[in-house]
Amino acid sequence: MTHVLAIDFPPISHLIEWPSGPLGINKVVVLMWLSVILVFGLMFAGSRKKALVPVGVQNLAESAVDFIHNGIILETIGPDGMGYAPLLFTMFTFIFALNIWEIVPFAQMPVNARIALPLLLALLVWFIYNIVGIIKQGFFGYFKTAMFPPGVPWPLYILVSPIELVQIIIVRPLSQSVRLFANMLAGHLLLTSFAIITASLWSLSLLIVIWPASFALLVALTAFEVLVSFLQAFIFTILTAVYIGGSMHPDH
Amino acid sequence: MLHVLAQQDPGELQKGLTAIGRGIVYGGAAIGPGIGIGLVVASAITAMARQPESSGAVRTTMFLGIAFTEALALFGFVLAFIISG
Repeated sequence: MTHVLAIDFPPISHLIEWPSGPLGINKVVVLMWLSVILVFGLMFAGSRKKALVPVGVQNLAESAVDFIHNGIILETIGPDGMGYAPLLFTMFTFIFALNIWEIVPFAQMPVNARIALPLLLALLVWFIYNIVGIIKQGFFGYFKTAMFPPGVPWPLYILVSPIELVQIIIVRPLSQSVRLFANMLAGHLLLTSFAIITASLWSLSLLIVIWPASFALLVALTAFEVLVSFLQAFIFTILTAVYIGGSMHPDH
Repeated sequence: MLHVLAQQDPGELQKGLTAIGRGIVYGGAAIGPGIGIGLVVASAITAMARQPESSGAVRTTMFLGIAFTEALALFGFVLAFIISG
């Protein structure tokens, strides 16, 4: 028997490229605007009525701020990094709102599955930690402490210094943006694959016995992608805090 | 959605080889990070079991370690899409 059953999987460009209207505005851009409005609206509503015992939206907003303070800044930068709380809070909530479109019905497209926005955010972080380091330690001091970490035997500096220089200039923004982008793209493709498989099995009479397993896995993966959305926003924010903390306190 | 592939032509062969190359690239890139993330999480669980009061700091560091280790696999994932036949 030479016939092979195959499932028609659409090319990648059909899954992540959308027709654009005037000024290149497409679905991804509209979803980005919606997330800006969503985050601003939620936080605005949460900060209006300052009740002593928070309920509802205020509770959500205060837990998020508390999470940024205690879970990210105190763990990585320290008490003197509280000035970066607005930046890190905005970054965390914005990235989470962008990611969560992945599982919202009828949207189902994570904005970060296109590399433009992760790259922009990573470049913003790149400027911030380099400028903070240059301001705190001076231009030559910053590059000296970055390239010559203490406690290394001197012949190893031949190996260590170029790696550290390349790391703070190229590797950090590259890995930070690609990590967010690739995680979201992978999640999107995973959900699409299982949706296609589930739909294909529904129309086929013989293989319908394994349809429930496929459908259950699709539901489970959707729940898993909620976790991934949160985790990627958390990791992007905490890496930003770690980079800023490394520029502020060079010794550790 | 389901259709039958019966014929084969040279273009199909090239597409197939590209697909195999992509699979090898991503599969190879996932070996090391798979072992690495396993080591990170195993050590974090050991640390949390020994000192439950420090589990907050351990968890944060664990996610950082996972993020750094996972980056290599994600580079492979992106590279697999960049490869074109």
